Amino acid sequence: MAYAIRAEGLVKKYGDFTALDGVDLEVPAGKVVGVLGPNGAGKTTTVRILATLMRPDAGHATIGGHDIVKDPVKVRQLIGLTGQYASVDETLSGAENLVLIGRLLGLSRRDAKARAAALLESFSLAEAARKPIATFSGGMRRRLDLAASLVGRPRVLFLDEPTTGLDPHARQEVWDVVRELVADGSTVLLTTQYLEEADQLADSITVFDKGRKVAEGRPGELKRRVGGQILQVRPTVAADVPLVAGMLAELTGHAPAQDSGVLTVPADEPLIVAAVARRLDGAGITADELGLRLPSLDEVFLALTGHAPAVTGDQPVAV
Amino acid sequence: MSTQPLSAHAELPGRIGLAQTAQHSLALAGRGVTKFMKSPIQLVDVILTPIISLLMFVYLFGEAMSGGDTDRYLQLVTPGVMVMAVFQASVGIGASLCADASTGIFDRFRSMPIARSSPLIGAVLADIIRYVVCLGTLVVLALVMGYRVQTGPVASLAALALLVGFALSFSWISVYLGMLIKNPASVQGLMTILILPLTFASNVFVPRDDMAGWLQAWSDVNPVSLVADAVRGLLNGGPVADSLFGTFAWMAGVVVVFFPLAMRAYRKNAG
Repeated sequence: MAYAIRAEGLVKKYGDFTALDGVDLEVPAGKVVGVLGPNGAGKTTTVRILATLMRPDAGHATIGGHDIVKDPVKVRQLIGLTGQYASVDETLSGAENLVLIGRLLGLSRRDAKARAAALLESFSLAEAARKPIATFSGGMRRRLDLAASLVGRPRVLFLDEPTTGLDPHARQEVWDVVRELVADGSTVLLTTQYLEEADQLADSITVFDKGRKVAEGRPGELKRRVGGQILQVRPTVAADVPLVAGMLAELTGHAPAQDSGVLTVPADEPLIVAAVARRLDGAGITADELGLRLPSLDEVFLALTGHAPAVTGDQPVAV
Repeated sequence: MSTQPLSAHAELPGRIGLAQTAQHSLALAGRGVTKFMKSPIQLVDVILTPIISLLMFVYLFGEAMSGGDTDRYLQLVTPGVMVMAVFQASVGIGASLCADASTGIFDRFRSMPIARSSPLIGAVLADIIRYVVCLGTLVVLALVMGYRVQTGPVASLAALALLVGFALSFSWISVYLGMLIKNPASVQGLMTILILPLTFASNVFVPRDDMAGWLQAWSDVNPVSLVADAVRGLLNGGPVADSLFGTFAWMAGVVVVFFPLAMRAYRKNAG
């Protein structure tokens, strides 16, 4: 299998603080890998090393077979980077930003303009092309930032927390763009603190914690690894919740968790659903929701690292 | 948004050549020029500082220093004020680059297959706009006040080119400090302290022969004195060979020392 990104034993220290403590990473060509972890897990450090912005203290890595330390110029011809903070020039217009990048990449003035216009069009920014970026909304900035990363038609794209700080609507827009890229066959390394985002976009997920890789696998595999399924019940009448909780405890042998009228309990046995349905029916209780689901990635993260992912102030509520 | 297979890039160039470095630097200089065009307020200092300096030196100090003959003092001091003004205009770059380099756009430049030095060289070249505006303002004001060029157009243009070249080379000191110190205000403060002894302990305002001996010794090797001598020679007439030689030696020396230092600090800046 051809790997677009291959890293072995990456270490990066800042004084006494070890940001990366021996990280291995393999991303097959054409796949999207999500690097998931809380603040300070080493996600951004990994991206900065792979994108040749800084050198690792130990370990080595290749992009498309080219060594990031020995052959940075070759690596830079293959990659696109969208950083955590919009990497565009605030004082220039969207079109001027993209034309500048095209010119730097060796396009003629005419080709650079054509490429900029095409990208602005496909990112729904054509109308705002002449306006200064300072007037852009957060979502527009990120889209322009993504467009800027694509001027050179990169084979490997690094997206460092592409939706941090965006509202749910703007996040959805960025996700749509990433899905299109993926359909085009780009290799993408995406870092995120949002479990939902990794689940939505990535073919496989690598979980980082405190500079180390703590787990990796397909989203479904990770969820299964953490344990069985979860039974979820939402009684129609809130007053029935305590009664239903008692039934679930009795049937499964686990104390159910309760959150805004929804009861969840580990279900080791799939047939439990039918048993619960019969009991509810017998007691004359109706439920709006009754079924099995895989654990959420939040629950996965808790199980893998022993602590919940850091919830930052800008985490969107509607995910 | 189409992509090509990785194999299409098997033969990637591994180095950035000089011609490409020049091309990248010019493209980035264009970015700087566009920024000046969009907010000309950034040029206010290079218009006001020379006006205030020339008026002040001629009418305030000139009166006292030349026994009331301000016309003669204007003739002596104009080339010197040009040197001082363009020198002051050249030190702003460190602070502005320092602020610029901390924004995401520099991360993008670092991740692109362009010459590492091109963002810095581009910024230095874009400042030519500032030097031209600064010198243009001074020339117009000096002519209005009665200053007369004693030589010809070729020598005048050579004088202006020399001033711009001097500013371009010496701006690398400011670029170095801007990359080394991550606080724009400190960079500006340091540069101001640095240019004070250079400009005032020179022959710009006071003729060399009126200075104390030790000051004469310093003034003789002071780059500001040397450039001022060369510009005076080119505009007012007189020998220029020695002062030109000294000026070029300083310019080359500053670039040879501070360009590599600035590049090294810029590389480290990325962490």
